[in-house]
Amino acid sequence: MTREYLFAGFGGQGLLFSGKVLAYKGLIEDKNVSWLPSYGPEMRGGTANCSVIVSDDPVGAPIVLNPDVLVAMNLPSLDKYESAVRPGGTILVESSLIARKVTRTDVNVYYVPATKLAEEVGAPQLANMILVGKMLSVFGEYNEETVSAALEKCISARHADMLELNRKAMETGKNYTE
Amino acid sequence: MAEKVLMKGNEAIAEAAIQAGCRHYFGYPITPQTEIAAYMAKRMPKIGGTFLQAESEIAAINMVYGVSSAGKRVMTSSSSPGISLKSEGLSYLAGSDLPALVVNAQRGGPGLGGIQPSQSDYFQATRGGGHGDYHMIVLAPSSVQEMADLTIRGFELADEYRMTAMILADGTIGQMMEPVSFDFKFKEVPEKPWATTGTKNARKHNVVNSLYLNPEQLEKTNIERYQRYEIIKEKEAMAEEYLTEDADIIVAAFGIAARVSKNAVNAARAEGIKVGLIRPITLWPFPEKVFAKAADHAKKIISVELSMGQMIEDVRLATACRVPVELCSRVGGMIPSPDQVYNAIVEAARKGGE
Repeated sequence: MTREYLFAGFGGQGLLFSGKVLAYKGLIEDKNVSWLPSYGPEMRGGTANCSVIVSDDPVGAPIVLNPDVLVAMNLPSLDKYESAVRPGGTILVESSLIARKVTRTDVNVYYVPATKLAEEVGAPQLANMILVGKMLSVFGEYNEETVSAALEKCISARHADMLELNRKAMETGKNYTE
Repeated sequence: MAEKVLMKGNEAIAEAAIQAGCRHYFGYPITPQTEIAAYMAKRMPKIGGTFLQAESEIAAINMVYGVSSAGKRVMTSSSSPGISLKSEGLSYLAGSDLPALVVNAQRGGPGLGGIQPSQSDYFQATRGGGHGDYHMIVLAPSSVQEMADLTIRGFELADEYRMTAMILADGTIGQMMEPVSFDFKFKEVPEKPWATTGTKNARKHNVVNSLYLNPEQLEKTNIERYQRYEIIKEKEAMAEEYLTEDADIIVAAFGIAARVSKNAVNAARAEGIKVGLIRPITLWPFPEKVFAKAADHAKKIISVELSMGQMIEDVRLATACRVPVELCSRVGGMIPSPDQVYNAIVEAARKGGE
């Protein structure tokens, strides 16, 4: 099986990081993975996105044009990519920042007030990880062991204090129901 | 097997270079390859190596010339406009028969162009780049693992044949992360009796130079160099063949274009179209024999490139124009989609050998 993910939002929202955690989780689970950032003058504030592919087969083109899963963290991203999602695909909407609803009816949509939930956890910058936690639970793929191992790979020893917060944020996302 | 780690293609090049014994890196920042310099800046001081951000690309390539003259493994990296600046130095390295590894993570051009991926420096790389009769060995990775493997191979080839090996990558392969492992056997760096290491009053002094005012002598060095190139063409051409055996249609693509093409080939195969992919891994020497063989049974070749059509000329030369060759491309930082390549394959299949 192959699943293609697109994380999209503002630069600075941690899209690349959440994509990396997902990719590392795939690697730890012996899958083939690729991770590709949009790169350009978009470090903070501009739109950024990140393509992640997790597959049982070797990954071909690493660019995700028609995602199975879209994680939209701001309105411009939802506007831009909603129509690109494959029929039957999944959209996770950061509903504390995006007021509108998804108009398509052929996709599964989850509205998660990620920033609000992240604030409750005590780490407003971890809205991205709330969404990843929710996404994994939607697919029944929230494996505590590999999630932890992936986080440990992605968070440097220098920021070890962030490890527990990230875990907590993902856990909160996992347990969130609308 | 060594543990697999997730790494950017650019970082994999840097780590592989260090593992290949390279302790000297000279460069100047430019998107999309700056991760190489950043990695070297972090690591080199810790392992007794030299990282130096030069005042310009031209300075950096001439520092490469200096270290290579002294017999050490050395590299530089840049992206398209920076490689143009380095071209004078590339010609001098060739004229002095010096080994070096040079990375070009290509971006759209000409001029300053853009910062998104491209393959439009194919001519520049495979035809030498600078002035004079010469070649570089040009390696075209299409995965992060190959970024590492071909970097190591590049150093070996450069030393063996005393010439520049260029990693011709692109912004996508440089920026993407994939699992990579570094389990290779380190081959000792060969003896370099020609290096300018000081005579210690024990031998005649060595000269590293590209100036020959005597035309007979200059002609002789050129001819000898091309005899060496013939050996390389015979021995070192590399390509991956994918489903080519029974293929009526051959897709030719390297680097990122080959990955896109593989998706398209798989989709077309699922529709019963006999299509295969030839992915040159060395662009110089070009894998001519693989293409010549494919031309025996293929009815059409589609060259998929991120350029206005550059490799297509080598495909036509390698097949002596026995088979029609078409171009399928995007330029300026755009990448062909698998659908675009798929449609080109379907169209070719519909038209047969026309």
